[in-house]
Amino acid sequence: MLKDITLGQFFPGTSPIHRMDPRTKLILTIVYIVALFLANNWFSYLLMMVFLVSCIKISGIPPKSIVRGMKPLVFILIFTAVLNLFYSEGGVVLVRIGSLAITTAGLKRAFFMIWRILMLISGTFLLTYTTSPISLTDGLETLMNPLKKIRVPVHELAMMMSIALRMIPTLIEETDKIMNAQKARGADFESGSIIDRAKALVPILVPLFISAFRRADELATAMECRCYQGGEGRTKMKLLRFSRVDIQAFLVCACLVAGVITLASFGL
Amino acid sequence: MEPILQVKDLNYVYSAGTPFEHRALENVNFTLNRGEFVGIIGHTGSGKSTLMQQLNGLLKPTSGQVFLDGVDIWTDKKTTRQARFRVGLVFQYPEYQLFEETVYKDIAFGPQNMGLSQEEIHRRVLEAAGFVGITQRQLQASPFDLSGGQKRRVAIAGVIAMEPEVLILDEPTAGLDPIGRAEILGNIESYRKAKNATIMMVSHSMEDVARMTDRLLVLYGSHLAMDAPPAQVFARAQELVDMGLNIPQVTQIFLCLRELGLDVENVYTREQAVSLLRRMKEERVHA
Amino acid sequence: MKEEIISAEHLAFRYQGMDGAPDVTVFENLNLAIEEGSFTAVLGTNGCGKSTLAKHFNSILLPTGGKVYVCGLDTSDPDRLMAVRRNVGMVFQNPDNQIVANVVEEDVAFGPENLGIASPEIRRRVDVALKQVGMYEYREHAPHLLSGGQKQRIAIAGVIAMEPKCIVLDEPTAMLDPQGRRDVIDTVKRLNKEKGITVVLITHHMDEAAQADRVVVLDKGTVAADGTPREVFSQVKLLHDMGLAAPESVELCWAMDQLGYDLPLTMLEPKECAQVLYDWLKA
Repeated sequence: MLKDITLGQFFPGTSPIHRMDPRTKLILTIVYIVALFLANNWFSYLLMMVFLVSCIKISGIPPKSIVRGMKPLVFILIFTAVLNLFYSEGGVVLVRIGSLAITTAGLKRAFFMIWRILMLISGTFLLTYTTSPISLTDGLETLMNPLKKIRVPVHELAMMMSIALRMIPTLIEETDKIMNAQKARGADFESGSIIDRAKALVPILVPLFISAFRRADELATAMECRCYQGGEGRTKMKLLRFSRVDIQAFLVCACLVAGVITLASFGL
Repeated sequence: MEPILQVKDLNYVYSAGTPFEHRALENVNFTLNRGEFVGIIGHTGSGKSTLMQQLNGLLKPTSGQVFLDGVDIWTDKKTTRQARFRVGLVFQYPEYQLFEETVYKDIAFGPQNMGLSQEEIHRRVLEAAGFVGITQRQLQASPFDLSGGQKRRVAIAGVIAMEPEVLILDEPTAGLDPIGRAEILGNIESYRKAKNATIMMVSHSMEDVARMTDRLLVLYGSHLAMDAPPAQVFARAQELVDMGLNIPQVTQIFLCLRELGLDVENVYTREQAVSLLRRMKEERVHA
Repeated sequence: MKEEIISAEHLAFRYQGMDGAPDVTVFENLNLAIEEGSFTAVLGTNGCGKSTLAKHFNSILLPTGGKVYVCGLDTSDPDRLMAVRRNVGMVFQNPDNQIVANVVEEDVAFGPENLGIASPEIRRRVDVALKQVGMYEYREHAPHLLSGGQKQRIAIAGVIAMEPKCIVLDEPTAMLDPQGRRDVIDTVKRLNKEKGITVVLITHHMDEAAQADRVVVLDKGTVAADGTPREVFSQVKLLHDMGLAAPESVELCWAMDQLGYDLPLTMLEPKECAQVLYDWLKA
């Protein structure tokens, strides 16, 4: 049952976007987000949209997956839309409900806000769908390396992240097993009040935490036996290297930002 | 022989309709009788785990039925819930599911979920602890202070405390040393005798299964390939080997004897081998 | 005379009891030497100290008395810790709790990466190690989707990628099904015979120990038996007293001997046992 959770799922592939260095993707995702917030009119939004759709097409990721990933966020989207609908000033009043009013300005704002959020989420999905968790952490670690000079434990953080990612499927499997074992003794996770259901989680959480600690201990011992001593003197099998695809990507994004700024300044 | 559990035309498909569709069980039919000790053997992936979870209502058949005392366990919610308690399921490495502050409370978890009175719960916990050899002092200890073997026995006690009429165990001796294995198997046998319970045990040890079971179910590629007493199953040794299964070492030895030209019967336990060898030696001596 | 690659001299080990319980003495005066290139099985019931002993071989545990030497290095010398661990690799019981990475080849690379080896050399070692354990086609797979036996072989690959002189395996097959057990033991035997890697296998499975060159039986922290598998397993009464069993063929002949017959107790395999029984019946 729990196997259906796709936490930042990775779809392997060979598209140019897959082949990009993870550092490029991380940096450009931030650039993309900045560009999204710089956009403020129809033309700039359309430019971003064209960019996004082309990226999705190039990556080969089925659009359905992106849409499916948004399902859990529907509630937030509706909430944001409603907020913007009612709380915007200016424009013609269309509907009045008590002291709240829906205005054309509100309508426009809500529309653009939703559009922007959708593009934001899609862009981030594209990052996680085309980059394996290990590459992401490698990329993050390399980018954050300069922070080592101010005593930020970059390597340790990256190691924590990659081990956590590696353990997620194992722990999910274990949770499933524990749930089945407790259900076989009559545990009921579906019925009863909120308090009942919270209490029913104890027979799952306690064994799970204990198991997690035990795993951590054993894994740490195994790592030490393989001469792990932290980040000092550690090399990597896979070295991150910029290639032509990355340079092309940087150029395209530079043009994108320039385009957005230009279109935004037309005040349309 | 009084039937207690019956499986009829059971089919189970995982992720039906998706590209990951997988037929775990196909057309499985068998009956379990009261007091019987039935073994299940089969290579990894043959559907043993899935089958076990069908019998206590954890999984619902894609098609087919499971009858407990003649009643389909999926008739209504109440019947399904009752099936959980009447068919006890002990998973592999059950010691990893312990969670309570004391051994007593953990064993009591099942009976509590059954809604029994405090006196009845108390009686059952003590009786279950007795079956697996957990002492009074250990009952008050935290389960996490016990050794691996002790924890396992606590976990089994937790299921026995529900007084299931059918007790299903998935490799109860996995990871234990010879002493630990003998103890657990002994505990299971005493429960069966005391309550005339039906035992169903998944095992990879052909010696254990040969010694303890009345009947063997052999699963192969999601089908029930054989359903017969051990003598008959182990007589088809070559078929078992082809299915990726082991046969008892004693059976292997006698198969080799047959290859050497000796006309010997099939044996599957050490006791049988010994008496057969004695008989043959005596006959030779007197011949 | 082959070199001793691991040697425990007057080894004593005690650990503190919890919550006011008395200290538990595991070893008082254990002496054991492992020859280079050998395949030794250490057998015993739970609590005999075999796992504790294994942990002394690469400094996970340090002696409270006596010494343990690995390739001539003192395991209790903190300056020699990395050298000890480079020379003695360790494979543990739980396949899941040894895997560090999300991709097989990255996990195998973990050890060499820790040693600061150059990237192309790591690549070479990873490929070689994976081929030696027969898991090369799985190099880009996710480890958690593999079977227990496959995971353990990945763990072994991760250890041999560091090119140790010796591998110690602490009950590596305890959580595996029969196929997985066979795969792991076959792999280990092959590494020993073809690559000359010294292997120390901790186990309570008689059939696994029977495949070693030498069997050391531990009982309550002392060496109760030490010899070839045939020598050790023929001491059936001793094994029974310790809560162990001999391989089935030996047990069968022993049961016959109890009834007054005179069968040898040295046949570990069904085929050779059948041959001996055949000859005996015909006599």
